[in-house]
Amino acid sequence: MTTGQRQFNARMRFLHWLMAAMVLTMLGIGVAMVASISDYHRLVSIHRPLGILILILVVIRFVNRRFSTLPPFPAGMSSQERFVASASEILLYTLLFVQPLVGWGMLSAARYPIVLFGSLHLPPILPHSVMLYAILRRTHTVLAYLLFLTFIAHFGAVLFHTLIVRDGMFSRMAPWRVRASQNVPANTAP
Amino acid sequence: MAVESRQPSESTASTKTPLTSRSTLVRLGGIGIVLLSVAGAFLYLGGWFTPHSLTPARFTDEFERVDGIYSGFRRNHAKGVCVSGFFASNGQGERLSKAAVFRTGRVRVIGRFSLSGGDPYVADAPDTVRGLGLLFWLPDGEEWRTAMINLPVFPVNTPQGFFDRLVATQPDPKTHKPDPQKMAGFIANHPETVQAVKIIKSHAVSSGFDNSAYYGLNAFRFVDAGGTSLPVRWSLVPVQPFEAASTTETAQGDKNYLFYALIASILQHPLQWHLIITLGQPGDRTDDASVPWPDGREQVDVGTLTLDSIESEETSPARDINFDPLILPAGITPSDDPLLSARSAVYSQSFTRRAGEKKEPSAITPSGVRK
Repeated sequence: MTTGQRQFNARMRFLHWLMAAMVLTMLGIGVAMVASISDYHRLVSIHRPLGILILILVVIRFVNRRFSTLPPFPAGMSSQERFVASASEILLYTLLFVQPLVGWGMLSAARYPIVLFGSLHLPPILPHSVMLYAILRRTHTVLAYLLFLTFIAHFGAVLFHTLIVRDGMFSRMAPWRVRASQNVPANTAP
Repeated sequence: MAVESRQPSESTASTKTPLTSRSTLVRLGGIGIVLLSVAGAFLYLGGWFTPHSLTPARFTDEFERVDGIYSGFRRNHAKGVCVSGFFASNGQGERLSKAAVFRTGRVRVIGRFSLSGGDPYVADAPDTVRGLGLLFWLPDGEEWRTAMINLPVFPVNTPQGFFDRLVATQPDPKTHKPDPQKMAGFIANHPETVQAVKIIKSHAVSSGFDNSAYYGLNAFRFVDAGGTSLPVRWSLVPVQPFEAASTTETAQGDKNYLFYALIASILQHPLQWHLIITLGQPGDRTDDASVPWPDGREQVDVGTLTLDSIESEETSPARDINFDPLILPAGITPSDDPLLSARSAVYSQSFTRRAGEKKEPSAITPSGVRK
C-alpha cells in the first residue's frame, strides 16, 4: 500500500521537471520571438517542434498520473487550500494541453506548413481560414500569459509553503529522493 | 532548496521552532524578489525594457504610417492578382539540392503578382517594383515559398537600413509627399543604396509583368543528398520576349493597365519562366542583398514555371497565403543574410494583422479578370 509515500513517484517527478524546463523555455522563446527581427526565424524553428513535444509529453504525463498513486497533501493544509491546489493543477494540465493544440490549429488555419525538422511535418488539423487564424492567434497569446501567471502562482505557492509554512511541500516534488520518516501518517485527509 | 526535507506531521509541526516575525518578513521579501525577477526576465525577453528597438510590430506600424491601413490587405505589395500553374523540373537541380521540387517532374504552383507599396488601389506605373510570390506544393506535403521582385539587387542590406529608408519615404503631413531632404539624408548614410540603385537603374524595366525577370532577392543555401551545402541565388527569366516599358502608357492608359495586360496575356497563352540557380563561389557575399555576385558565376536552368490561370484575390486561396521566404523544403536553407529573418518576421506580422480584418474588394476584381 502507500503508507509512508510522501513523494510523487520518480516518473512523475522526472516528467514534472523536464516539462517545467521545457515550458519555461517555451514561454521565453514565445515572448522573445514575437518581438524579434534578427532571431525570429531561429526561435520559431525551435518553438514549433518544442510545442509539439510538450503536447506529446503532457498526454504521457496525464496517463502516467492516472496510473500512479499520489502522495498526500501536507497535513497542515486546509480543505480550501487543497481545493485551490487541485484546481490550479487542473488549470495547468489544461493549459499545457490546449496551448500547443491552439498553436497547431492556428498554423493549420493560416495554411502554414507545420514543419518539425527537415522534411518531417504534421498535417493541418483545421481548414484554411484566416479569420479563424486571427482568433486562434490571439487566443494563443492570451493562453500564454495565463500560463505564465499560473506558473508564477504555482511557484509562489510552493515557495510560501516551503519557506514560511515549512510543511515540506517542495520535497513532494523534489528531483532527488526524500526518505520517508517514521512518524508520517498515511493519507490524513479529513 | 530542500529547506524542509523532513515531512512534518501534525506532531512534528508543533515541535518546529516558530519563525520570528522578522525572519518571516525576510523570507516573504525573498519570495517576492524571486517572483519579480522571473516576471522581469519574461518582460525583458519580450522587449518591454527596450521600447525603441526594432520589432516586427514597429516595422509594420511604419508601413501603415507611410501608406495608411487598408482593411484586409497586405501592408506591403498590397495591390495584386493571383495566378496558378505548375513547375516542371528538368532534374538538373537534383545534384545541387535534395529538395523534392528539383526531382524530374511537375509540382503545382500558386502565386501572386503584385506592386510594391501599401496602397491596394495605387495606379500602375512602370517604375513601381513588381513582385511575384510563389508557393510550390511538393509531392509529400512539403512547401517551398518564395517572394521575388523585379530588381536584380535590393537597395538596402540590413533590416535597420530598410526601416530607415521606409521612414525617409514617409509623406510629409503638409505636402503629402516624401520629404526630399529626408531621403537625401538617408542616401548620405547608405553608400550601399547608392551602389545598388546604380545597378537597378542600369537594368531596363520591361513593359509588363509577363516579360519581367524576378529575383529571389537574398542568397540561400542548397543542401544536396550528401549533406554538402552551397550558396545560391535564384531568379526567374521570362520566356516571353523582352520589350521596354513605355513611359506614355501610364498617363493615357487605365490605372490598372499593367494588371490588365497580364490578364490578357495569360488568357491568350500560358506564361513561362526558366528557374535559374546561380551558384556562389567562396568569397561571394551571402549576407548582403545589395551586392550582386560577379558575372560569370555558373548558372543552372533547373526547370520551367508555367502560369496558365489567373484570378482575382477575392476568389483565390493565394490572397490568404503569406509568401514567407523562409518557408523552405528540406534541401534549401536560409543564408546568413539578416534580411531573411526580418522578412519572415514582418511578413508574419502583416499577415496576422490583415487576417482578422474585413476583406475589402481588390482593385483587380473578378469581373476585371474576365475582361
